Amino acid sequence: MQRQLNKNGELQHLLTIEGLSAAMLHHILDTAESFVGVTEREVKKVPLLRGKAIFNLFFEPSTRTRTTFEIAAKRLSADVINLNISASSQSKGETLLDTVNNLSAMHADMFIVRHAQSGAAHLIANHVAPEIHVINAGDGRHAHPTQALLDMYTIRHFKRDFHELKVAIIGDIMHSRVARSQIHALTTLGVPEVRVIAPKTLLPKGVEHLGVHPYHDMAKGLKDVDVLLMLRLQNERMQGALLPSAQEYFKYYGLTPEKLALAKPDAIVMHPGPMNRGIEIDSAVADGPQSVILPQVTFGIAVRMAVMSILAGS
Amino acid sequence: MKIHIKNGRLIDPKNHLDRKADLFIAAGKVVSIGDPPQGFNASHEIDANGLVVCPGLVDLSARLREPGYEYRATLESEMEAAIAGGITSLACPPDTDPPLDEPGLVEMLKYRARSLNQAHVFPVGALTQGLLGENLTEMAELRDAGCVAFSHAEKPLDNALVMMRAMQYASTFDLPVWLRAQDASLSKIGVAHEGEVATRLGLPGIPTCAETIALSKILRLAEETGARVHICRISSSEGVEIIRQAKKQGLPVTCDVSANHIHLSDRDIGFFDSNCHLIPPLRSLRDRDALKRGLKDGTIDAVCSDHTPVDDDAKLLPFAEAEAGATGLELLLPLTLKWAEESNVPLTDALSRVTSRPADVLGIESGILSPGAVADLCIFAPDTYWKIEPKSLKSQGKNTPFLGLEMKGRVRYTLVGGHIVYEATPS
Repeated sequence: MQRQLNKNGELQHLLTIEGLSAAMLHHILDTAESFVGVTEREVKKVPLLRGKAIFNLFFEPSTRTRTTFEIAAKRLSADVINLNISASSQSKGETLLDTVNNLSAMHADMFIVRHAQSGAAHLIANHVAPEIHVINAGDGRHAHPTQALLDMYTIRHFKRDFHELKVAIIGDIMHSRVARSQIHALTTLGVPEVRVIAPKTLLPKGVEHLGVHPYHDMAKGLKDVDVLLMLRLQNERMQGALLPSAQEYFKYYGLTPEKLALAKPDAIVMHPGPMNRGIEIDSAVADGPQSVILPQVTFGIAVRMAVMSILAGS
Repeated sequence: MKIHIKNGRLIDPKNHLDRKADLFIAAGKVVSIGDPPQGFNASHEIDANGLVVCPGLVDLSARLREPGYEYRATLESEMEAAIAGGITSLACPPDTDPPLDEPGLVEMLKYRARSLNQAHVFPVGALTQGLLGENLTEMAELRDAGCVAFSHAEKPLDNALVMMRAMQYASTFDLPVWLRAQDASLSKIGVAHEGEVATRLGLPGIPTCAETIALSKILRLAEETGARVHICRISSSEGVEIIRQAKKQGLPVTCDVSANHIHLSDRDIGFFDSNCHLIPPLRSLRDRDALKRGLKDGTIDAVCSDHTPVDDDAKLLPFAEAEAGATGLELLLPLTLKWAEESNVPLTDALSRVTSRPADVLGIESGILSPGAVADLCIFAPDTYWKIEPKSLKSQGKNTPFLGLEMKGRVRYTLVGGHIVYEATPS
């Protein structure tokens, strides 16, 4: 059962993009836009979440996502508690729900959860008290909704309208929670053509049922594309039977200036970070004029502020 | 005790019997159908007006969790559940802790079960020692201790040479080999059917070919060795077709399906419902419909409960980490009736899939109501609805995808060896 929305149709938790309306996504993006101003002021704080306790519950190591959530919460004047659970209770045998119940007893208002298992955030959301909000900061291969929202913010910022775009997601779709959330967001916002480009070992079965067109050849897949969403290729995928070598992957699927030239001249390049330069992306592209990778990071804070303030207000 | 069951609708699939008639029991056996034997003086009467009287159900896979997993369930609790579900004979797989690979363990289980005086328990022995897939067990000794068949439960048996030797050895003593068809390397990290749903939820998949490849291997080895093979819990459309062809070619193979799989598909996982984490995985709607058809046309011989009680803590985890399995003993009858109704299968035919045909697979004298047969009976109200909820289940396992749903078909009495071992409390 999915319990993202409360009885009034407001966002109670943010667990996945799937099932949210285009209006809801735009509402989040519009709210984020109002916060971009805040982050550019000298005093970068608003009192919206003053007195609220926000727990960063990271069962999987992460620096970037955790930090951006922390900054976003602090700019909303909330109290932030960071918990790196993989190093504490889980190793002592405490179950996921025991950990959550204990923290709930400390009067948490919001949990920001990252976990290596798909569905972990749903499980927590189904078992917390009704006044507690849960934000999924990445669960297994399933979803990473705030990443997808900041990507949508970036696309809207640079391209204005979603309805004329061709968007390509490139890389390890199989293991990527980012890709799944991006796909739901793009199709919901009315992007007419979403492509996924990867060797067959990195494409999950039936991915076309999510509303995307699979490609295995960069030259064909990148033709006339407006937005390129690169994915990080985890080092461990370089072993075993998924890919033969980083070199071969870079040669056929790495984004070089030559391959980028196949897309539209004004195409933008995005990446959720951290980047593997020379594996999925050439430095000349990452640092080039079409890259919007650093603006993504800046918008990420505003988007996370928007999500937290909307949840706290529901 | 002499029992007179009157006014019931008698259904005996093996004898193609479906009529309103009285049934008379004496000395643990059915003594007459229709008219009482001369001088019959009933010590007990059961009024079965409006009820169906059929042979007791035979379940080909029910985990009783003993020995080793008594915190999940005990023989006492699960045997109570079995008779409340109308089940009078059940086979239990060897994946206990330790596995059923020694005669002493089997004798102990048989003894414990006998002392409860409820359903008949037929242990399935381990095919290899410790279910490790390396060394054969003492199958003949285990048979003498009470094992009716040999299996590898859910443990991988990928070594084709070991599988061939195990089949050869089993067939030496004409012992049936029960196997679930799943290639270990193709299913190692998977937790759901590889397809649209697993892709959407980001769950590692188990492809259909994990079943078909293993199935082809098992059937070729069965042909090679002459072993009698039973395929446990088939899950895919392609798998059903392979069995259908094998039967057409005259291979002595039988097959069962779990009651969950003829009703559910991967879509029922919804947003990570761990009650739908089952082995084999729930596959697509197309597969589910093929299983229903295969059961109807007889390709699939039997429906089993695949009863696997799991404690709450083991289910309250993210989907992939949650333990697989569902409680099933008390749902076998209603789920079979539901299938019959939806698939337009006559009741006699439907009940054969949980009585006479699994009895044939087990090779036991049960699942029949002829005079002289052991009086193992199930008497149920076919049109009574009841709600599946923790308090309505006797099993210690409350985990089932059907929780909260209303089901038709409620057991009223269960008789084992002519004794009333279960009588529903009037609601």
